[in-house]
Amino acid sequence: MAPDAQSAAGATTQAVALPAQPRRKGRKRSEAGGRLSPLALGAIYLALGIGAFIMLIPFIWMIVTSLKPMNEVTVFPPKWIWWPIHWHNYVDAWRTAPFGRYFFNSIVVAVVSTVLEVITCAMAAYAFARMNFFGKNTLFMLLLGSIMVPGEVLLVPNFITLVRLSWIDTYWALIIPWIVSVFGIFFMRQAFLQLPNELFDAGKIDGCGTFRFLWRVVLPLSKPVVTTVALFKFIGSWNSFLWVLIVTNTPNMRTIPVGLTYFSTEVGTTYNLLMAASAFSMLPILVLFFLAQKQFIQGIARTGLK
Amino acid sequence: MAFIDPTLTRDLGRRKKGNHAAGRPPVSPERRKALRRKFWRETGVAYLYLSPALLVLGVFSFWPVIKSLELSLFKWDMISPVKTFVGLKNYSDLLFKDEEFWLGIKNTLYYVLGTVPLGIVIALGLALLLNAKIRLRSFFRVSYFLPHVTSVVAISMVWRWIFHSDYGLMNYILGWFHIRSLPWLSEPALAMPAVIIMSIWRHLGYDVIIFLAGLQSIDKEYYEAAKVDGASGWQMFRYITWPLLSPTTFFITIISTIGAFKVFQEIYVLFNTGSGPLRSAYTIVFFIYDKAFRDWEMGYASAGAWLLFLLIFALTLIQFRVSRNRIHYS
Repeated sequence: MAPDAQSAAGATTQAVALPAQPRRKGRKRSEAGGRLSPLALGAIYLALGIGAFIMLIPFIWMIVTSLKPMNEVTVFPPKWIWWPIHWHNYVDAWRTAPFGRYFFNSIVVAVVSTVLEVITCAMAAYAFARMNFFGKNTLFMLLLGSIMVPGEVLLVPNFITLVRLSWIDTYWALIIPWIVSVFGIFFMRQAFLQLPNELFDAGKIDGCGTFRFLWRVVLPLSKPVVTTVALFKFIGSWNSFLWVLIVTNTPNMRTIPVGLTYFSTEVGTTYNLLMAASAFSMLPILVLFFLAQKQFIQGIARTGLK
Repeated sequence: MAFIDPTLTRDLGRRKKGNHAAGRPPVSPERRKALRRKFWRETGVAYLYLSPALLVLGVFSFWPVIKSLELSLFKWDMISPVKTFVGLKNYSDLLFKDEEFWLGIKNTLYYVLGTVPLGIVIALGLALLLNAKIRLRSFFRVSYFLPHVTSVVAISMVWRWIFHSDYGLMNYILGWFHIRSLPWLSEPALAMPAVIIMSIWRHLGYDVIIFLAGLQSIDKEYYEAAKVDGASGWQMFRYITWPLLSPTTFFITIISTIGAFKVFQEIYVLFNTGSGPLRSAYTIVFFIYDKAFRDWEMGYASAGAWLLFLLIFALTLIQFRVSRNRIHYS
């Protein structure tokens, strides 16, 4: 990538923040052009509407199926209105497998690894952004280079390491390998670099220790980036599958996605239970997404352009 | 997710230069000594801050790279204490003897060619529509992005049900257009298309958001100038939007291609831990997983993983080459 990428990135961070204020600009544009005829506008809405329908229909289908009794599930063409509504499927699904345990594991793993990742990445990013040290350049390049190695290459040796450490089927195996992300370090470093130098001088004059300064001043000021890193970590951890599949072998240590695949082989074609389980397994993430959708979307846009 | 950080070399370079310029002329030996001491003290502190990250990355990212290269030269089943050195035999067996490996490559290429170009075209189209002055933009954005945050496992289960040959939603909707029901997941010729449909659906939102950010970073003045000159909508797209969007398009192409080469979970769940009828959706990562964790051939699996890496790396390099003259940084 050319050096201009930096200025492009700067421009887009602004553009990403735009949706709050484009109204005036938009109006100006449509006045200047006045090109969107009602017909064109209608076509745009139609196309976007069909798109949204396609994106949402699997979720609707999941919820509809999850509330049907089994004899309604195997009806073709499917009915969209039926009676009675079978709320009990959710209870049945929950009881068929140790979902309580799966949820507990998923929450522990996701929360702990998110917290630890923010800590390790913030510390590393702080060193890269604000300190001058021996081997800085080489080390940073090495980290970025490691992004290119696909996880599949690491799978086998990491599994062997865990066997050696006797970590198979423990929380250690599910958490520790995932508490550092090079992306996290990279994004936080970018954020720390943008803070004004005067701030750091002021910190020094006030005799604020570096460590306390990082937690009390630098991190709170970089909140958007920290939130983005944490959100993506949480989701990634909640949804992670292949690794958990490999390093766990008892139901006690399974997280939601792996538990769900075992559940699915157990219940087979009882699709109403399967859909109920799918629905409650994605519920926490959906809630999180709706609460923080702005940060998500801005975060994605930011990763794309830096 | 840039692989090369353009800012890094720039500001490191700048800082170094700055130090030289400011620090060189009238430095007394004592001062230089003090500076040097300060530098080493700071180095100590810095490594203290880096130590947790470096420890974990060292054990779980750097060491395994070396380890897996070494493993790929051995025949080893994990259990027996003896590793037999076989040199490059694992690689040559994979490339010249193993039909499963080639089946994996073939299916993976099919998947990549099926998802990447089509996904990008649809995403760009949607992003262009979303960039028009419309209401409900955030509703559309959220609904397009929704599939991307859900877990592959849960959503693949939903799709398994959608593709059900007797009671599935897909065949019901095809019925609206008088298309007969298709056995999506049990017919070898349809298995990969089913995976492709689901994957495009799942990844679309991500691409749309990035395209949208790219579109919004294009300066509106270009369009105003073009309008004054009487340019048509198509001309504006062809001569303004497309060239100025090319870095974004390139980025999405690279990221989606790399991601597509690693497809595994979707298939594993969609076909209930299998790889489709007659292995019609058997991909390279599926192959690696099979060899390592079902057949316990650790060396062979490592060699397969390295070949996958080399393949991705070579294709990424080619993409960089080919696009070098076609990307315009505004």
